[in-house]
Amino acid sequence: MIKSRYPAFPYIIFMAIFIVVPLIMVAYFAFTTSSGEFTMQNIIRVGDYVPVIIKSLFLAFIATLICLALGYPFAYIMARKTSNIRRTMFMLIMLPMWMNFLLRTYSWMTILENNGLLNRFLGIFGIGPFEMINTQGAVVLGMVYDYLPFMIVPLYTIMMKMDHSLIQAAQDLGANPLQVFLHVTLPQSLPGISTGITMVFIPSVSTFIISKMLGGGSELMIGDLIEMQFSSNSYNPNLGSAISFILMIIILICMSVMNQFDSDKVEKEGRMVV
Amino acid sequence: MDKNTIISLKDIVVEFDGESVLRHINLDIHNHEFVTLLGPSGCGKTTTLRIIGGFVAPKSGDVFFDGKKINDLPPYKREVNTVFQKYALFPNLNVYENIAFGLRLKKVPDEEIRERVFEMLDLVNMRGFERKDVNLLSGGQQQRVAIARALINKPQVLLLDEPLGALDLKLRKEMQIELKKIQRETKITFIYVTHDQEEALTMSDTVVVMRAGQIQQIGTPIDIYNEPINAFVADFIGESNIIDGVMKKDYLVNFAGRDFDCVDFGFEENENVDVVIRPEDIKISAPEKGQITGKVESIIFKGVHYEIVVIDGNGFNWKIHSTLYEEPGREVGLSVIPDDIHIMHKMTEEEK
Ligand SMILES: Nc1ncnc2c1ncn2[C@@H]1O[C@H](COP(=O)(O)OP(=O)(O)OP(=O)(O)O)[C@@H](O)[C@H]1O
Ligand SMILES: [Mg+2]
Repeated sequence: MIKSRYPAFPYIIFMAIFIVVPLIMVAYFAFTTSSGEFTMQNIIRVGDYVPVIIKSLFLAFIATLICLALGYPFAYIMARKTSNIRRTMFMLIMLPMWMNFLLRTYSWMTILENNGLLNRFLGIFGIGPFEMINTQGAVVLGMVYDYLPFMIVPLYTIMMKMDHSLIQAAQDLGANPLQVFLHVTLPQSLPGISTGITMVFIPSVSTFIISKMLGGGSELMIGDLIEMQFSSNSYNPNLGSAISFILMIIILICMSVMNQFDSDKVEKEGRMVV
Repeated sequence: MDKNTIISLKDIVVEFDGESVLRHINLDIHNHEFVTLLGPSGCGKTTTLRIIGGFVAPKSGDVFFDGKKINDLPPYKREVNTVFQKYALFPNLNVYENIAFGLRLKKVPDEEIRERVFEMLDLVNMRGFERKDVNLLSGGQQQRVAIARALINKPQVLLLDEPLGALDLKLRKEMQIELKKIQRETKITFIYVTHDQEEALTMSDTVVVMRAGQIQQIGTPIDIYNEPINAFVADFIGESNIIDGVMKKDYLVNFAGRDFDCVDFGFEENENVDVVIRPEDIKISAPEKGQITGKVESIIFKGVHYEIVVIDGNGFNWKIHSTLYEEPGREVGLSVIPDDIHIMHKMTEEEK
């Protein structure tokens, strides 16, 4: 223990400067006026944006669910392939991440536009055109596309580590494939699920590019709101900080609820759910 | 296949990556029998169990259960349970829930589960551990939970893969007696894997000696010990002196530079053979009274007896068990009666 304290020292300083100080600054701005006096006014004004906050949480929640539903089977199948196929699949998952984030999102605009690729393609068969861009669906689609790898990677990692002998033990005791999944595979992959959810939900709930580009400004999210306070002519860093502050608290609450499910204590003390 | 046969392996061949692991295994296991698979590490004991459990599909050959071919039956539909070599306890469940697992799947009422789990905990001496996290148990305790988890389902056949491997000698002996008692009372057919020959001899009705994916000999412990079929079995089951000899004619063998009367016959004239003599069957006497003479090389006290090594005129080291002390360096005579001279065909190159 004593040994490890010294090498940790630079990191502690690093964390203090780049994490703790900014957090304090956010809190300071959130509770002061532009002239630096204490006020609750900023926090109270966040109340006006409750519908936006709820919508952001909702869209991020939907996107996270879709990522989980797509990513889980994908990771499960991938982990069972031979190492060559695994490597290829992993590459394909990571490949879009090498492209610029803006570019990826922008390309979805050209696909979804009213006279974009998709509508033109459907038009060949006399279907459509559909109103796809500037909808909540488009925003969720963008989130899923951008953040799906963050779901797959932790799930894949945990499934690679999974103990195959436990699956055999369950089969041996009479568990059919569904029961094996419910009692062995799923409980063992819970830590991966909770990491994946965290990694997708947090960037989704605070995104502003995706909602701006694919939601066309009509589907305003918290991220957009915060960004507006700093960049547009309604410049108000104090309000922006207050919204950020509230957002952090909401995320904190969401995560602690998640961790409740994660801790295997719950399972161990309680009886097995059949 | 007689009516009493519960499991039958017919000409089973298993290959992993082109390497043959089981080579034409034929084995009939009877109801209520305690069968032990015995053999050195890597000889295919676990693989044989996995064939029966359904976790490995044979390349060729058939598996029968109660007269029905079960080659394609998945493990969860087979009426066998396994105590795995590496326990494979569920880390997210406590001791109680690990043991209850099979019954929960069968939707047995809670009351009955409780009763049977506690019965099992008593049986394996783990009462009081039911709420414990299995990850915190010692190796021996985990092994006992694994035994309880398999036994609670009252399978027709229980497969046990070195279930006592992690226990200390005292607990091991206790559990041997316990398992034997359980087997006698429940009448469950036990297929037991070990590489401890003493364990195999004391517990089994039938011992199957395996080597490099092949069955060498099947028989009762007494048969296997007294009538080993070849030098490998003789050497693996207890200690042996194995010396090259020539079968002069029926009932006469030559080794250690002289002829001996023996009880074996049916060999070819002047066939090269392995002669096997147990260390406890050799008597030490004065040099002039022995059939072979030699010099005492070493003597070690082993508790019940001394282990004495005598080097004869040809340089062969004879292992002898005796309750009497012999001074190292002394000239002694060795003798053995015809009944205790076991003659075996040389193993062919392929068998080796
Ligand atoms: N899944 C597998 N893939 C490749 N080779 C395997 C596999 N399982 C077993 N083998 C090989 O098959 C041979 C027999 O293995 P097995 O586990 O049956 O031995 P064992 O008799 O149980 O040995 P031990 O006493 O050490 O447990 C070994 O050489 C092993 O390396
Ligand atoms: Mg083994």
